[in-house]
Amino acid sequence: MLAEAPAPIRDIEAFLDQDRQKGLLRFTTAGSVDDGKSTLIGRLLYDSRGVYEDQLAAVRNSAVNRSTGPIDFSLLTDGLRAEREQGITIDVAYRYFATPKRKFIIADTPGHEQYTRNMATGASTADLAILLVDARLGVLPQSRRHAAIAILLGIPRIVVAVNKMDLVDFRADVFERIREEFDGHLKRLGIGDACFIPVSALDGDNVIARSSRTPWYEGESLLEHLENVPLDGGRTGRPMRFPVQYVIRPDGSFRGYAGQVVSGIIRPGDSVIVLPSGRASRVKSIVTWDGDLAEAFAPMPATVCLDDELDVSRGDVLVHPGQMPHVSRHFETMLVWMSAQPLQPGRPYLIKHTTRQLTATITAVRCRLDVNTLEETPADRLELNEIGRVAIESTRPLFFDAYTSDRATGSLIVIDPISNATVAAGMIQEPRRNPAADYASQTALLELEFQASRVTPVERYARAGYHPATIWLAARQDLAYLLERLLFERGCQVHVVSGEVETRILPEIAALLGAVGLITIFSDSTLDAAECERARARVGSERFFHFDPDNLAASDEQAARQICAVLEDRGVLPRSRFSETEGI
Amino acid sequence: MNCRLTHLRALEAESIHIFREVAAEFARPVMLYSIGKDSSVMLRLAQKAFYPGKIPFPLLHVDTSFKFREMIEFRDRYTSAIGATLIVHRNERALAEGANPFRLGTQKCCALLKTRALLDAVSEGGFDAAFGGARRDEEKSRAKERVYSFRDAAGQWDPKNQRPELWNLFNSRIDKGESIRVFPLSNWTELDVWHYIHLENIPVVPLYFAKLREVIVRGGSLIPIEHNPPLLPGEKPQAVMCRMRSLGCTPCTGAVRSHADTVPKIIAELVGVRRSERENRIIDHDQEGSMELKKREGYF
Repeated sequence: MLAEAPAPIRDIEAFLDQDRQKGLLRFTTAGSVDDGKSTLIGRLLYDSRGVYEDQLAAVRNSAVNRSTGPIDFSLLTDGLRAEREQGITIDVAYRYFATPKRKFIIADTPGHEQYTRNMATGASTADLAILLVDARLGVLPQSRRHAAIAILLGIPRIVVAVNKMDLVDFRADVFERIREEFDGHLKRLGIGDACFIPVSALDGDNVIARSSRTPWYEGESLLEHLENVPLDGGRTGRPMRFPVQYVIRPDGSFRGYAGQVVSGIIRPGDSVIVLPSGRASRVKSIVTWDGDLAEAFAPMPATVCLDDELDVSRGDVLVHPGQMPHVSRHFETMLVWMSAQPLQPGRPYLIKHTTRQLTATITAVRCRLDVNTLEETPADRLELNEIGRVAIESTRPLFFDAYTSDRATGSLIVIDPISNATVAAGMIQEPRRNPAADYASQTALLELEFQASRVTPVERYARAGYHPATIWLAARQDLAYLLERLLFERGCQVHVVSGEVETRILPEIAALLGAVGLITIFSDSTLDAAECERARARVGSERFFHFDPDNLAASDEQAARQICAVLEDRGVLPRSRFSETEGI
Repeated sequence: MNCRLTHLRALEAESIHIFREVAAEFARPVMLYSIGKDSSVMLRLAQKAFYPGKIPFPLLHVDTSFKFREMIEFRDRYTSAIGATLIVHRNERALAEGANPFRLGTQKCCALLKTRALLDAVSEGGFDAAFGGARRDEEKSRAKERVYSFRDAAGQWDPKNQRPELWNLFNSRIDKGESIRVFPLSNWTELDVWHYIHLENIPVVPLYFAKLREVIVRGGSLIPIEHNPPLLPGEKPQAVMCRMRSLGCTPCTGAVRSHADTVPKIIAELVGVRRSERENRIIDHDQEGSMELKKREGYF
């Protein structure tokens, strides 16, 4: 299995073409001391020719060889002098290799127990985690811990490499016993589809190619698995989030908001809402060096130009209407504490979240997490390498999603304002479904247009918990009244306007009722399409909903529920507890 | 619709994000411009990050005076063509005192003309962030380097006290006098860099392409003669078909025998020959773990 001199490339253009199509998989590796992790990575690099000849020669010439073979593969990856002396990897090291199918980035993290923070670091950007288990020792407390951290950091896929199979004579029963025990643990933590592979990193069994010494194993080799596991394209399916990084204004005529689409897709013509101002606009164009784009999806960089001249700056977020993130100064997060100085509740810290930095206080430690089982135990402080759930209060509102639904808008780091050190990494929790707090948290919503009133739509929303809307339901009076009842029962001020309205002033009435916060249902068989468009123009398309009777269910009850679902989708109503299926 | 980026576009996205973060969060960033292929890629990424605006920070070239003439010509031509602001800094005092690698040895020469000069230029310019083109795949100690690498007021790096770096949330907080070295190409490999140069048609110094060049053949090394290296008895320059795999100072950069005179041919050579690109850089090998020592002292 040694790397032979590769055949000269006959057709470089074909090679480049293939190389250009490759996707990227980032994975992290975690194992306990001496379970052969560095050797496994050295083997992957070596066998896939990710190691250069002269680097290999330096390892061959090294005075140290802790292995039994001619080459100590672990020396290829142990970087710093101090580590070389201790023989333990003590920091995160990044490694690169590629196969004809994929390019890989490895975040190699140490197994020593006190280095939880390094594993969290490596895990934060990984699509997949390889957890190593020594076949002789079985599932150790550290193995459970590594699994727990991988899951906590939201790594979508887990592979368990049961290593040193050569030292247990490649016995299927040893592998099966470990698989059963570890799989049970992973299932309890919420991972049902982990992949288990028996390997010998030292000899190369099942690392690159399937081994004849494990005839009872029918799965893929480790590298085959890494090459074939689906890449996570899930980021583009989520609600669009575009945190503004930098405002580009080369001259008076151009104003673009540069940033990265961290989730979802944005296209020219899209209606967008700018947080925190709540102002609405439309995407005029998406400008890049390579030309204007018809769409930009996560994680593409882009420069977005808007139709309106708004005051948008770094830290603002563009979102689609009806797909609001949570907005709050109060939230709970899971923290991995990374500083020797323990967390001090009540002390001001800095938080960096997307492209914003703000001051915040950790008001309380709610609990500490048992890093082996993820069970919560009461605690009032956190120390180095401990993980716990805390309550945070920031000086300004944060626009966030739960980490479990969006890693980009659900993550934050905590910075000590005196030492400037990064002291913790945080994963924001889904706010508990306290309706009052939920409504209040979405305060930064709608554009302030009605100059006549000093009470802003945002404040009205904070109190009411829903947005005013104009619902156009020509010719379904029974449905209109049923919908009124349904909305009323959900706490909305709602009113049906039917029959006697003078059509010329109808748009004004719609706008006025909206301005005072009502949901108004227009239901009259004499209303026509022209009226509808005039009313829409006056009210604004964000708050105007025209339902064609032909597209609704025949049963009034079903149709009313359809309409409620649309209102939820568009952010007029908060999601009801039972209809929540979003974010998956 | 295929909503997935290829690895090169994913790397590009990551780098552009880094450029914008730094430009937004630091008062006086600067880009260390070494004229090599990695610098060329950095420049293109910076152009993309701020398009249609100009690159909002100057470029800094630390000139040891031992660079290839073709590098200096390329530097002046290219940076002015793209409208970038260029600062050139030399350790004039050491040069006046006759610093050169033949007399001082490579370690001392580098310390004075590169490391010292760089630290002086950064502190004289009041720069709080400096982009560098280093990649983690170049050398073992670089594999653990952060994207934002903190340097104390003396410009030094402490490998035991690096800030943890999670997601793409970079900590830009520093006190007065301290600075951050930023490595936007951290996750690129040599192959990625060349492939991107090919894909984007990025100009690079002609020294990377093979042609007949006058060199001294010493053992397996091809030594350029531009700055008159001392000859051993019986040695004389000869014309060899060769190219530079990485660009440094002429006395410390060996050429490699090659017929690769286009980017695709260079890539073909790269994939065929598995020798790391720093192998021809004498300074990496002058002491075991030598790159790590240089970095602690402030070398890039």
